[in-house]
Amino acid sequence: MAGFSMRPCGDFRTTYRQDTRIFDTTVVRNAAVLGVIAVALIPFVLDGYYVNLFIQISYFAIAALGLNILVGFTGQISLGHAAFFGFGAFASAWINNTTGIPVLLSIPLAGLMTAAVGLLFGLPAARIKGLYLAIATLAAQFILEDFFARAEWFTGGSYGAAANPINVFGYEIYDDFSFFYVCLFFLVVMYLLGTNLMRTRDGRAFVAVRDHYLSAEIMGINLTKYRLMSFAVSSFYAGVGGAMYGHYLGFVSAEGFTILLSIQFLGMIIIGGLGSVKGTLMGTVFMVLLPEVMESGVSALSVFDWASSTDVTDGLAYIKEMAIGLAIILFLIFEPDGLAHRWQQIRAYWKLYPFSY
Amino acid sequence: MNFELLFQLLLNGLIVGTLYGVVAMCFVLIYKSTQIVNFAQGEFLLIGAWVCYAFLVEMHMPFWMGFLFTLLFMMAFGVILQMVVLRPMIGEPIISVIMVTIGLSIFFQAATKWIFGATTATYPQVFETRSLNVLGMQIETAYIMSFVISLFIMAGFYWFFKYSKLGLAMRATAFDQQVAQSLGISVKTVFAMSWAISALVSGVAGIVIGMVNGVSSALSVIGIKVFPAVILGGLDSIVGAVVGGVIIGLLENTAEFVDGQYLHWGNLFSIAPFYVLIIILCIKPYGLFGTKDIERV
Repeated sequence: MAGFSMRPCGDFRTTYRQDTRIFDTTVVRNAAVLGVIAVALIPFVLDGYYVNLFIQISYFAIAALGLNILVGFTGQISLGHAAFFGFGAFASAWINNTTGIPVLLSIPLAGLMTAAVGLLFGLPAARIKGLYLAIATLAAQFILEDFFARAEWFTGGSYGAAANPINVFGYEIYDDFSFFYVCLFFLVVMYLLGTNLMRTRDGRAFVAVRDHYLSAEIMGINLTKYRLMSFAVSSFYAGVGGAMYGHYLGFVSAEGFTILLSIQFLGMIIIGGLGSVKGTLMGTVFMVLLPEVMESGVSALSVFDWASSTDVTDGLAYIKEMAIGLAIILFLIFEPDGLAHRWQQIRAYWKLYPFSY
Repeated sequence: MNFELLFQLLLNGLIVGTLYGVVAMCFVLIYKSTQIVNFAQGEFLLIGAWVCYAFLVEMHMPFWMGFLFTLLFMMAFGVILQMVVLRPMIGEPIISVIMVTIGLSIFFQAATKWIFGATTATYPQVFETRSLNVLGMQIETAYIMSFVISLFIMAGFYWFFKYSKLGLAMRATAFDQQVAQSLGISVKTVFAMSWAISALVSGVAGIVIGMVNGVSSALSVIGIKVFPAVILGGLDSIVGAVVGGVIIGLLENTAEFVDGQYLHWGNLFSIAPFYVLIIILCIKPYGLFGTKDIERV
């Protein structure tokens, strides 16, 4: 929700209902609807490369929103989000392969399964917080990774699991073009759910737990319940995102869900802005585009001799990783509130121009 | 039951455990004096080992010279890191501090892979005899050396914090920053020095492990293994770090023995410490020697 400076003169909120609206003003709401429509037109205008990028952004953005609910809104820390993401991918493939439940249904079911697992690993959160919780979730990451490699009945072990393409009313979705709309649908639904959650009693309880857990407890908020609930919701999102990832690739292998991916998820929400739904989306776009930009940057630099040497071209994978680490560090030092805050400032600048006081 | 193998593994565990203990000590040192959880501890080992490798192999220095230059480099590295990256983070929420060190860890891991390559490199042979016979068992000389160096470092730490002026200043700062400052201790210097010492000692540990196993990015795994050790020992206790390190080292090798002889699950070696970690966090989060002032929530 934008600050008061962003609202037109004389437009005061007189009811709680107005205060908790998803979109602050009609203009913002129209802009959001137009934005979704514009994104829906992407496959007709741009080529497959961009469609693929959008699909990546959408499943990562769903998982990142879950992490933001946990970290940004509830103030817990999780270093094991990629493991939950991976669990969702395996769970959906497993449900679909063993029971024959259609993929479109198995995706939310996988989310629920992942939520149960998240609840289990969130149990330490009932007793510990901060740093200790971070280390506990780090252990969860390694234990789940080990489980993926070991549980052959569930994940196919080191061979990985095959995931069927999505089937909507007998129409099989196996190309990027149609999968794009499935992604868009899930993205919009999950983000609306996320924003709505924050308007409810439970969402406010999350924020209260984050801001001051003692006061929250005195006000009658059950800390254990909301901490665990936050873990469950976060894992649900991770599971849904992971399931979409699995069905998009058609194949899930245990190697993809390392600690590096967990860190990338954390990077997305930090770069986007902790505790901001809009920021999560921005951060994900940033994180997905960063390696692509690095790649085109390196190839653009290759007109120079030093940059076209094999040292640079072979090291591209490492350059991308370094860029991720560097981006996280630089954002934390120079813009700890993330892109959402920067966006707010830019908007305020133009809105108040030239009298910004 | 194969007693000989068990004994051999336990001995390995003890030696590796003391190394874990040394790294855990460095970790606790940073945590205690600056309240920063250093997820990049493993990368310190990595950088120390690679830099020493570069001095020895690429520049053909004699061992003692390369070693000394590495120590100097690591010290400067620690100070610069603290000044440039960690100083702005003072007073930020814990998630930011954790993420900054994680960012550093990714950055340096990728950077060392890029500069030195992803393959394992071996140091030139330092000792003539590859292994010695101790109590009827063959032990590599490098292992014995690593054990001796670890004990030496621990003794050094003990002396430093007990008798040297800077060490006492660091303990005072860890106890209460404001009081230390009002007594004329430069908290800035103490922060920088704790990073320098931690980087330096980690670098030495990295070189030692590099001599035994070769240098590769696998070294940074030690930085993760440190977490079970420090949590077991207590996050703010240097003695606890050593004890925790040794226990984790022994536990790992016992797990390997049980796994190899009876269970045949595979991979229990690397995953067992994390199960222990979760259990400790659930029943005794402050560890064996840590301060019990954790808030119950």
